[in-house]
Amino acid sequence: MTLSIALGLLLALAIVVLALMAVRGKRSLGISILSAGLVGLLASVMFLLLAAPDVAMTEAAIGSGLTTFLFFFVLGRVRRGEHD
Amino acid sequence: MALIAMITGFLLILIGLYGALSNRNILRMIVAFSVANTGVNMVLVAVGYMKGRTAPILDEAVPAAEAASRIIDPVPQALVLTAIVIGVGVTALMLAYAYKLYEKKGSLDISEHTELKW
Amino acid sequence: MIKRLTLLLLLAGIGSLFAGLVLTYVPDETLNLTASYYAERTAEDLGAANIVTAIIVTYRGLDTLGEVTVLFLTAAIVGLVLARGKETAGKPQRQLPPPGELLTTGTRLLLPLILLFGAYVFSHGHLTPGGGFQGGAILASAMLLLLLSNPARRFSHRLITLVESTAGISFVFIGILGILLAGGFLDNRILPTGTFGELFSAGAIPLIYTLVGLKVGAEFSSMLVSLSETEEL
Repeated sequence: MTLSIALGLLLALAIVVLALMAVRGKRSLGISILSAGLVGLLASVMFLLLAAPDVAMTEAAIGSGLTTFLFFFVLGRVRRGEHD
Repeated sequence: MALIAMITGFLLILIGLYGALSNRNILRMIVAFSVANTGVNMVLVAVGYMKGRTAPILDEAVPAAEAASRIIDPVPQALVLTAIVIGVGVTALMLAYAYKLYEKKGSLDISEHTELKW
Repeated sequence: MIKRLTLLLLLAGIGSLFAGLVLTYVPDETLNLTASYYAERTAEDLGAANIVTAIIVTYRGLDTLGEVTVLFLTAAIVGLVLARGKETAGKPQRQLPPPGELLTTGTRLLLPLILLFGAYVFSHGHLTPGGGFQGGAILASAMLLLLLSNPARRFSHRLITLVESTAGISFVFIGILGILLAGGFLDNRILPTGTFGELFSAGAIPLIYTLVGLKVGAEFSSMLVSLSETEEL
C-alpha cells in the first residue's frame, strides 16, 4: 500500500469523524463551526492528493477560511439564540 | 485513491443531509448544508482522476508535446472552481436571512417561525 | 422517534442509490474527446500553461460571466437585506476596547504584503496554479484584517462599489472586443500570444483574470463590511 493511499485513508477517516462532530446537536455552536472549517481544510489536502492544485487553493481560501469567518461574524451577533 | 475520495464525498453528503433535517437551530442547519457542499465538490473532483497521471499544468516536467498522455481530465476541476465560489455566496445569503429572522422574532429555533405553515 | 426513524429510512434509500453509483464506476484509461482536445490545442492556440485557467477564461468564458453575475447578485442582496433603517442609525454602539499595540502594528506591517501576494496570485493565473478567484479571496482577507484591527472605523461603500462596477463593465467590454477583433466572445487573441511561459503571454488572459480577481475581492469585501455593520441584538 503506497504512501499516498495510506494518507488518503487517514484523511478520509478524519474527515468523516469531524463531519459527525459538526452536525450532532450535543456540542456548542462554536465547536460545530470550527469542525466544519476543519473538514474544508482536510478536503483541500485531499484535493491535492487527487492532482487538482487549483481546486485545493480555492477550497482552502474560500471554502474553509471565508465561510468560517462569515459564521463567526453572525454568531457574535446572535449571542442569545445559540442555545437550542 | 479516486474510490476513497468518492466514498468520503458520498458519506459527507449523507451526513450533511442528516444534519440539515434533524436539527432545530437554524445556524446548525446552515453548517450541515456547508458540509454537504464540500462533499459534492469532492465527488466531482474524484470523477476526473486517472491513475498514474499528474495535474493539468504544462511546464518542464510535462512539456506541451506529450500533454495528452500525462495529464488528468481538466474539465471537472473548472466546474468545481465555480461551484465552490457559488456555494460560499449561497451560505452568506442564508446567514443574512438567519440574522434577519432572529431580529424579527428573537429566537433561532425553527419551530417558532410558523408564519408559512397552514 | 418516528421522525428519526423516517429520516434514517430516507437516508438509507439515498445511500443505496449512491452505493449503486460507486459500485458501477469504472475509471477512464485515456482522456475522453473533450479533454484531449483541450490538452492538445491549448499550448499552440492560446499560449497558456495552466489548462484549467484556459478553460475557465476562454473556452468556457460564458460560465465565468454567469458566475460573476451570481456573485454580484449575492453581494447586492446581502447589502440590501442587512441595511439598517434611518431610525436605528442613531443608536449608540456599545463601547469597544481599543485594539492592542500588537494588532495595529502587525496590521500595518502585513497589509501591503497580503495585497501584493493577492495581486501576484491573480496576475500569474495562466502560468501557475491560482487565478482570479483565489487572488480575490486573498484581497478580501486583507480587508478582513483591517476590519478586525479597527472595529470602530466606518468603511465607505463607495470605493468598493466603484472598484466592483468598473471591473465588471471592463470584463464585459473586453468580451465584446473579442467579438469585434477576434473569434468570439471573450476570445483572448485580441492581444498577441507571445512566448510560452512568460508573464506577458497568452493574449488577454492576464488582463481578464486581473479584472475578475478585483471584482471578486471587492464583492467579498462588500459582504464582510455589510455583515460587520449590523448591530448586536
